[in-house]
Amino acid sequence: MGIINTSRIKSPWIMHFDNSSCNGCDIEVLACLTPLYDVERFGIVNMGNPKHADVLVVTGPVNRRTARVLKNLYAQVPDPKMVIAVGTCACSGGVFHNCYNILGGVDKVIPVDVYVPGCAAKPEAIIDGVVLALQKLSKALGVAK
Amino acid sequence: MNQWWIAVIAIIVAPVIGGLLAGIDRKITARLQGRYGPPIIQPFYDFFKLLGKSRIATSRMQFVWIYGYLVFMITCVVFLVLKLDLLLLIFLLGFAGISFVLGGFSSKSPYSHFGANRELMQILAYEPVLLLMALGVYAQNGSFMISEIVKPGAAPLLPTLWPIFIAVLLVLTIKLRKSPFDLSTSHHGHQELVKGIMTEYSGPYYALITLTEWYEIVLVLGLVALFWANPLWLGIIIALAAFILELLIDNIAARMTVGWMVKFTWAVGLVLCVLNIAYLYLIKGVS
Repeated sequence: MGIINTSRIKSPWIMHFDNSSCNGCDIEVLACLTPLYDVERFGIVNMGNPKHADVLVVTGPVNRRTARVLKNLYAQVPDPKMVIAVGTCACSGGVFHNCYNILGGVDKVIPVDVYVPGCAAKPEAIIDGVVLALQKLSKALGVAK
Repeated sequence: MNQWWIAVIAIIVAPVIGGLLAGIDRKITARLQGRYGPPIIQPFYDFFKLLGKSRIATSRMQFVWIYGYLVFMITCVVFLVLKLDLLLLIFLLGFAGISFVLGGFSSKSPYSHFGANRELMQILAYEPVLLLMALGVYAQNGSFMISEIVKPGAAPLLPTLWPIFIAVLLVLTIKLRKSPFDLSTSHHGHQELVKGIMTEYSGPYYALITLTEWYEIVLVLGLVALFWANPLWLGIIIALAAFILELLIDNIAARMTVGWMVKFTWAVGLVLCVLNIAYLYLIKGVS
């Protein structure tokens, strides 16, 4: 089991889902994949498929329409999985929190492991968030560090 | 008894070599794109992580086909290392490809169906070229046996079969799923068809596909190495050079359409193969 747990830390594949974000955070998430930040050096790959993903990166506040999509996507990610809420809107609803169509942050619908605040969240902060999620996972699995 | 040991060692060593080649692929691709890239052993991390994921099934039948894909591919590798019949190896490779396609068709996902359709077109594109490669080897050696190609003193195939070699390089691009032919599925983060034929596989079953692809890398590079089997190290260097060439093409080429792929491989690959075989028979005389 040791090698599988080590591999889980070394190879988090992310799937990025945009609820009703203004696209500010989405651009910053994709900026992590550029040569400047290059998250693939940590084994992080951006997957378009929830069935291959380990980490669900969610941006934007949840509205009534995207809530069921988000639940569906969360159910399709195989265990063990993690959820990272990127941006102020995804954390709490942000400036949209009182809107008639907004339910609030991502944690209103699915359990969230790591919150990355910021409007928009910087790529450094997003990478930090993924590292924090991995530390949380390694603690849960009982792997050293 | 000796043959058994060779087969067992090949089955164990081939995925290790294939995984390392996949890691080198990712590293070189990253360097060509100006990135630092993952460690060389990253594919093994991915593989073991996928083994530890939970099993989610969308259709029971696809798992039968995926085991078929793996078993046929392993059989092909065993055929190669035991120096058996080249023609039979190519038919078995066809079975492996068809198993994969049927696996894609056995779930209801439209993405999976799209990918499976495109995989069928890819098989349509490369299978005749491989078949004509075997015929070219027969025209040269008078035998389909790989042992005739690699036996000491046999003349290398490349000087007489170089047009077929170019056609096999096209097949290599398709089999390694590289641009411009990464149509049914892709190793990069492209998301046009979600993940094409692999969309419905997750966790341990996706790991099995990865494992099969490692065997596939070793197999197709082994077929390329057969073109200079005496001495074999020169053939292996040619195969590795072909692999690096594929990575370069992958990074400088955009993805083309399915129709273009079939037209191109048939217009270039088949014509080169047929001319090559016709020339060989013209020199030797049809007996």
